[in-house]
Amino acid sequence: MISHLRTMWLVFIHLFKKKETIEYPEEKVQLRPRYRGRIVLTKDPDGGERCVGCYLCAVACPVDCIALQATEDENGRRYPDFFRINFSRCIFCGYCEEACPTYAIQLIPDFEMAEYNRQNLVFEKEDLLIDSQGKYPGYNFYRVAGLDAGVKKTGEGENEEPPVDVHSLLP
Amino acid sequence: MSTIYIDNKQYNVKEGKNLLEACLGLGIDLPYFCWHPALGSVGACRQCAVKVFKDENDTRGRLVMSCMENIKDGLHLSVADKTAKAFRSQVIEWLMTNHPHDCPVCDEGGSCHLQDMTVMTGHDYRRFHYKKRTYTNQYLGPLIHHEMNRCIQCYRCVRYYHDYAGGKDLNVFSAHNHVYFGREKDGVLESPFSGNLVEVCPTGVFTDKTLREHYTRKWDLTTAPSVCNHCSVGCNTIAGERYGQLRCITNRFNSEVNGYFLCDRGRFGYEFVNSANRITQPIIRNRAVEAVDEVVVMDHLKQLMNNHTVIGIGSARASVESNAALMQLVGKENFYQGISDSLRFIQKRIVEVMQSGKVQPASLQDIQQADAILVLGEDIWNTAPVMALAVRQGVMKTAAHHVLENRELPGWHDAAVRELVQQEKGFLANCTIAASPLDELSSSTVHLAPDDLARLGFAIAGRLHTSVPVVQLDSNTQNQAAIIAAALQQAKRPVIISGAGCYNEALIRAAFDIAVALNTPEHEVRLAYVMPECNSMGLAMTQSAGFENAVLRTTREENITAIVLENDLYRNVPAHIADLFFNSVQHCIVFDSLNNATTQNADVLVPAATFAEGDGTLVNYEGRAQRFYQVYMPANKNIRESWKWLQKMEEIRTAQTAEQVYHPEDLLVMCERLMPQFAGIAGAVPHHDFRINGQALPRAPHRYSGRTAILANLAVSEPKPKQDNDSPFTFTMEGYSGMPPSPLIPFFWRPGWNSIQAVNKYQQEPGGALRNEQAGTLLFEYKRDGEAVYFKDIPEAFMVRKDKWLLFPQYHVFGSEELSAYSKGVGELSPEPYLAISSRDADQLGLVDGSLVTIKVFEQAYELPVATNMLIPNGVALMPAGLQGMPAMNWNAWVQVMSVKL
Ligand code: SF4
Ligand code: SF4
Ligand code: SF4
Ligand code: SF4
Ligand code: FES
Repeated sequence: MISHLRTMWLVFIHLFKKKETIEYPEEKVQLRPRYRGRIVLTKDPDGGERCVGCYLCAVACPVDCIALQATEDENGRRYPDFFRINFSRCIFCGYCEEACPTYAIQLIPDFEMAEYNRQNLVFEKEDLLIDSQGKYPGYNFYRVAGLDAGVKKTGEGENEEPPVDVHSLLP
Repeated sequence: MSTIYIDNKQYNVKEGKNLLEACLGLGIDLPYFCWHPALGSVGACRQCAVKVFKDENDTRGRLVMSCMENIKDGLHLSVADKTAKAFRSQVIEWLMTNHPHDCPVCDEGGSCHLQDMTVMTGHDYRRFHYKKRTYTNQYLGPLIHHEMNRCIQCYRCVRYYHDYAGGKDLNVFSAHNHVYFGREKDGVLESPFSGNLVEVCPTGVFTDKTLREHYTRKWDLTTAPSVCNHCSVGCNTIAGERYGQLRCITNRFNSEVNGYFLCDRGRFGYEFVNSANRITQPIIRNRAVEAVDEVVVMDHLKQLMNNHTVIGIGSARASVESNAALMQLVGKENFYQGISDSLRFIQKRIVEVMQSGKVQPASLQDIQQADAILVLGEDIWNTAPVMALAVRQGVMKTAAHHVLENRELPGWHDAAVRELVQQEKGFLANCTIAASPLDELSSSTVHLAPDDLARLGFAIAGRLHTSVPVVQLDSNTQNQAAIIAAALQQAKRPVIISGAGCYNEALIRAAFDIAVALNTPEHEVRLAYVMPECNSMGLAMTQSAGFENAVLRTTREENITAIVLENDLYRNVPAHIADLFFNSVQHCIVFDSLNNATTQNADVLVPAATFAEGDGTLVNYEGRAQRFYQVYMPANKNIRESWKWLQKMEEIRTAQTAEQVYHPEDLLVMCERLMPQFAGIAGAVPHHDFRINGQALPRAPHRYSGRTAILANLAVSEPKPKQDNDSPFTFTMEGYSGMPPSPLIPFFWRPGWNSIQAVNKYQQEPGGALRNEQAGTLLFEYKRDGEAVYFKDIPEAFMVRKDKWLLFPQYHVFGSEELSAYSKGVGELSPEPYLAISSRDADQLGLVDGSLVTIKVFEQAYELPVATNMLIPNGVALMPAGLQGMPAMNWNAWVQVMSVKL
């Protein structure tokens, strides 16, 4: 009995507290950068597509709503030929972002994705790719990878020695 | 059996193995790199360390490499020991100091032995803060990609390519921590077995360049057990699909047939399936709208069959099911083999000999175990590449066997065995028309015209058994015959190999005579005849008439509708005969997957499924019937197995109203009924309703990604997965996740083992047969107590004629086979036409390499550059066989030299 009264009292005094609900959509919500909303594909500091088409996001996705095909440009740089996310299936778990070795795929705080037609929730690469580095500025996978994909030459990467001279026997 | 104690648990293990093999065989995971079941141990990578204790009271123990330690009775060892574990994880950490940050862009990722072993040892964080060593890569041709930074110096590539496969152009260079694995300089890898580097290399140094064009991770492939289509060996493969396209072929281990390795034609020849040249729509020619749908074409076919005599032309590259369905439709007497009469005659002899049951057929496994091998006539390096690889192993193993006699050394000790063997070899006699890479392995090489080779064969047989008449030979050949006969006589498990490649029937008989003469209780002799195509044996076993008979009939009878099954007749018979055929039949219905000269002549063209899109059975050279399974259902409904179309036609013909569903096994039952010689083929594999615990088997691994997005661009609601009514497989990841029975393994994967090395887990013991292995069904029965019979009809010696050459085919791994030639890389490696003649003949005519000669074959003149060769017998000329765009030649016939341009 006492606890019931106490509860009613507590609820009652909330009437005089500051309102948590807001006048959405007139008023916009404040979301933290780590909020997991709409998924984007970002670009590296040099403006190149970050995604290297490694399929790790696709395999990490618990609802299997990412499909892509990797391809290569004339320098051997890998990128997705197509990249599709079916947002009508996505549960915004963020596993894809966690799996991504290049910071390409990122979940941003935008959550306003409602559609009348479910088909419109299928996003292709053109819909996903943004002209920004997103949350992780400064990282360019191809500068630290061993592969020469037209970004740096073999042996000129950040953590690399010049290529071995196979004809030399010197230590 | 020995008793050993691993982490204080007692196990019984087989002697003669090393500790690594014992552990893996017991299901204990132990990381390794340099050891490979087919290559043995060298102890180079230091990855497989375990602790071995003196006795049960020893607590300190010592670290040893498990791959270099023999099993000893009562041995105590520890895998879980703290020091051993730390050692293993540190070895990986060292290897990783130079390993590039490449996994996301590395094609090995997801099927990488290095990834698996790293996870297994628990190394996860880089503590090394210095720079990484780098290398420049090489261009290795259109099939293999090279990315040397990823190397961990395990030496497997060289040991495979150089030691196992006998390749000369891949080696290890430089010294200390700079060792480099590649070629002396950029260039196409010469060995036709180079594709196996992709699977042998535990990292992403060597990767499949054709897969790169449409890259897919292993976990995203829909795969099914398949059988190679590109020669009569019938290697077991795994074919993988993604997005409706065939993406890659990998090896499917099988201890009886191909073991761990494929040839490059088999591995990279798959792209004809994705070719732009595919037939995708039924076509009725000479109409306003030629492309029609199923209803219209069926209606039309009904008309063509009514009031016509329907004859069927079978195919050596179509499945047994399709050939049987055609035979059923047209009637046995109206079924013709779609091959020339001369070839049919030779193949008939081969089938006869094999069916007699006098000698056992040689499997590749038998060839690897052989202690003396005679190759009579057939250029197996080019017509049955993996058989040549098996011959090499037979020769090497015999040598190893010799040096290990009376020595304590175990056979897996690869480096030591090679050191002892040095240049010693087992006995191989390579008797062919022209030089072959097998020559350098051979103790005896003979290059003669086929008739002379046959005479040599009879001479050998004559020395082994008195029933074979004496042959007059020159003293040199006589000597060779004596040496070969003596070596075969001494051997315990001799193997005789011949084939249809020379278009010479006497060779078949000679090889048989030798085998029969050797078939005494002291010998376990085996005999193999290489056939031209993947189902040549299946077609030959129908024992139907040859194509020329069909042509004859069409010229005599009116009103004939011919059905040509998956066969480009212009590759099999001279163009004028094929033309005559098409001119004299009233209607011609052609089933095929790719457009070719024959499909051009079709009145009705029906699209047929390739091996990847359909189910079927192929009979390999030894009479082994092996089933291949549909990998994916093509989106295009018009593409289906020929046997399905033919069944439909049969329903129309017999005016069946109730629609009956036929499964592949029903076709095989029908085949057995039509032709008793196929008895047993229907029971060869599990039927379509085979289930384990009520579950079908998944074609896709459980990590298959993108299910809800792949087709979302077309419609956001996922369609129902496609149903497979023909096999025990599903097209999804749903189904039984345990180990499937051996003919139904769609991919090799076990927890912690993503790479192809997972095969270990499917074997009874590392390197041994698969658990409950069923490697197809052998259709030839060996009758142990049969009476020996001999062929005594010996051909005349070959006589050189003036200004004429006897023309024979020179086969090429790349280019001689029809379907693989559509793959870009294979096409690129195919030779240009040439005419090879002996150097002496060339001198006489004043010809040098590159001079142009014009020869006339079937009234058609060909101007070809000359290639001279010391080893070609005089009076014989060779032309590359089966090149795309080249018509069928008059093999084993005289060609006239028309003119010569120097
Ligand atoms: S957020 Fe989760 S559900 Fe959505 S795409 Fe990424 S992994 Fe898949
Ligand atoms: S994980 Fe990242 S790099 Fe890899 S495919 Fe996905 S978005 Fe691209
Ligand atoms: S290239 Fe591959 S197989 Fe050869 S040593 Fe390096 S890692 Fe081993
Ligand atoms: S040997 Fe023949 S069956 Fe085996 S992979 Fe090569 S082409 Fe295919
Ligand atoms: S596997 Fe034993 S040392 Fe390499």
